[in-house]
Amino acid sequence: MTTTTAPRVTAARRARTAEPPGRLRAWATRAPLLPALVFMIVVTQLPFVATLVISLFDWNALYPDARRFAGLANYGEVLTDPDLRNSVLTTIVLTVTVVLASLVLGLGLALLLDRKFRGRGLVRTLLIAPFLLVPVAAALLWKHVLYNPEYGLLNGLLNLVGGPQPDWISSTPLLAIEASLVWQWTPFMMLILLAGLQSRSHEVMEAARMDGASNWQIFRYMTLPHLRRYLELGALLGSIYIVQNFDAVFTITQGGLGTANLPYTVYQTFYAAHENGLASAAGVLVVIGSIIIATFALRVVSSLFREEVSRA
Amino acid sequence: MSTLTAVRKGGIRSSGTRDTGIRGRGAALGLLAWLAGIVFFLPIAWMALTSLHSEEDAATNPPSFAAALTLDGYRDFFGAGGGASPWPALINSTTASVVSTLCVLLLALPAAYALSIRPVKKWTDVLFFFLSTKMLPAVAGLLPIYLFAKNTGLLDNVWLLVVLYTSMNLPIAVWMMQSFLAEVPVAIIEAAQIDGARLPTVLARVVAPIAAPGIAATALICFIFSWNELLFARVLTGTVAETAPVFLTGFITSQGLFLAKVCAASLVISLPVLAAGFAAQDKLVQGLSLGAVK
Repeated sequence: MTTTTAPRVTAARRARTAEPPGRLRAWATRAPLLPALVFMIVVTQLPFVATLVISLFDWNALYPDARRFAGLANYGEVLTDPDLRNSVLTTIVLTVTVVLASLVLGLGLALLLDRKFRGRGLVRTLLIAPFLLVPVAAALLWKHVLYNPEYGLLNGLLNLVGGPQPDWISSTPLLAIEASLVWQWTPFMMLILLAGLQSRSHEVMEAARMDGASNWQIFRYMTLPHLRRYLELGALLGSIYIVQNFDAVFTITQGGLGTANLPYTVYQTFYAAHENGLASAAGVLVVIGSIIIATFALRVVSSLFREEVSRA
Repeated sequence: MSTLTAVRKGGIRSSGTRDTGIRGRGAALGLLAWLAGIVFFLPIAWMALTSLHSEEDAATNPPSFAAALTLDGYRDFFGAGGGASPWPALINSTTASVVSTLCVLLLALPAAYALSIRPVKKWTDVLFFFLSTKMLPAVAGLLPIYLFAKNTGLLDNVWLLVVLYTSMNLPIAVWMMQSFLAEVPVAIIEAAQIDGARLPTVLARVVAPIAAPGIAATALICFIFSWNELLFARVLTGTVAETAPVFLTGFITSQGLFLAKVCAASLVISLPVLAAGFAAQDKLVQGLSLGAVK
């Protein structure tokens, strides 16, 4: 760090004393950037600082007079509260299951779509349609139209073949949410992996085929290594979006039956229980979890990004 | 059948002199792709069909595939049955999405210019700062924003959503537009400047036409994210400023026979997103991967 800042400081000082036009020009270059940068810092960073501060207070919104500094007590409570601990576990299970399932399905679909066949464009359009439903609408579709034990499509079709009539949401609530999310996120993974497949070098593949490599060998030793970073990117971006999922949990189970994940719990803690301090502490924990994922995500994005920049 | 023959032709083209066994397998894989597409689309097709059935036909078990079609579900959704009209919510959503998208473009275009065509020092660091804000969960900043809105009287005000949606989409837009503007060849810009063109002229006549499709795709993707957003809208709006997804949450608890109405509502409210998504299909990945994948 120090090695990079030192020359910059001297350069800036030199600019201030000797070359005002140079400094002016530097600001002219920066000027178009500033509105966006300042806006982002004010709207996204300040609230996090506020959350951090509030998390140190014992503060129930219904008893504003009883607000007092509590140090790290909220964090202790969050980490020992069985409901909150369960929601951490639920968040992890939900995210890992949905990301892995949609990655595997997405890879299969991307491989199918990477070949020429009649109507490929139409099939691609059909496949991405689930991703283009408003998330609440998709959750309503699964809750009422597919899962409903009396007149839902799943039980309707089972009825036609004389099958059982399970109550999907009551018997397997988390799986019900996961299935609807996998349905929505598989197209996303497919699109990323398809882009990865299409960026393979055709000459190299053709050369391998000429040398007698089998389809499996090409997939195992050329396609998969090439796709690795796209798989990582899909997993990380999917994790970032799904860790934050609120819509499906809120719509399908209202956080009941042990399906409350962290975002839902944070929402519930301050919106219904008015425990501002606790909610903030939980929020800070969500941030810490996200930063861990985000660090890896940024690394992958940056390696893909550098590759693009050097190629250009 | 025509599908099959086309796949065979494709198989011949791609693999040259392969035997018929491989071609047969190619056809089978093509069929499999079609099957997967249909399976994934089936729930939406069923939703569309149900929205066109009467409530009685929509709630039968086994399902009535060939029941008479009617637009009653849509009439009911738009308030014919005496329910709340969805129009205020649709108008709020339109305001929040369109205005925030315009704000995003207004802020992101100059920023992207300063990160690509005339880059500032350490421009990659700035780019990654934008990206990192997108990776922090929105729910963690929700409470201070709620308290701020409550104390300043901005609760249940659609303009607060405009500001928040702008911040939510700005990183995506900066990333996407940076990559689109970086594709404009510097030589063309320099040539125009040598010919005496001033900066506004260069931007309007040289940069804009090349970057226009990318800018349009960025706008569509920002529109989709704003239109879909539920958490902020749910917490920060009430009866006046509620958006379309918040209106949809009114259907969470069952209300007797209402399946056709739910399907009609879900489809109508998803329609702008479906349209925008299909229009921006090719750039969708780029937007969703924050510009990492082209």
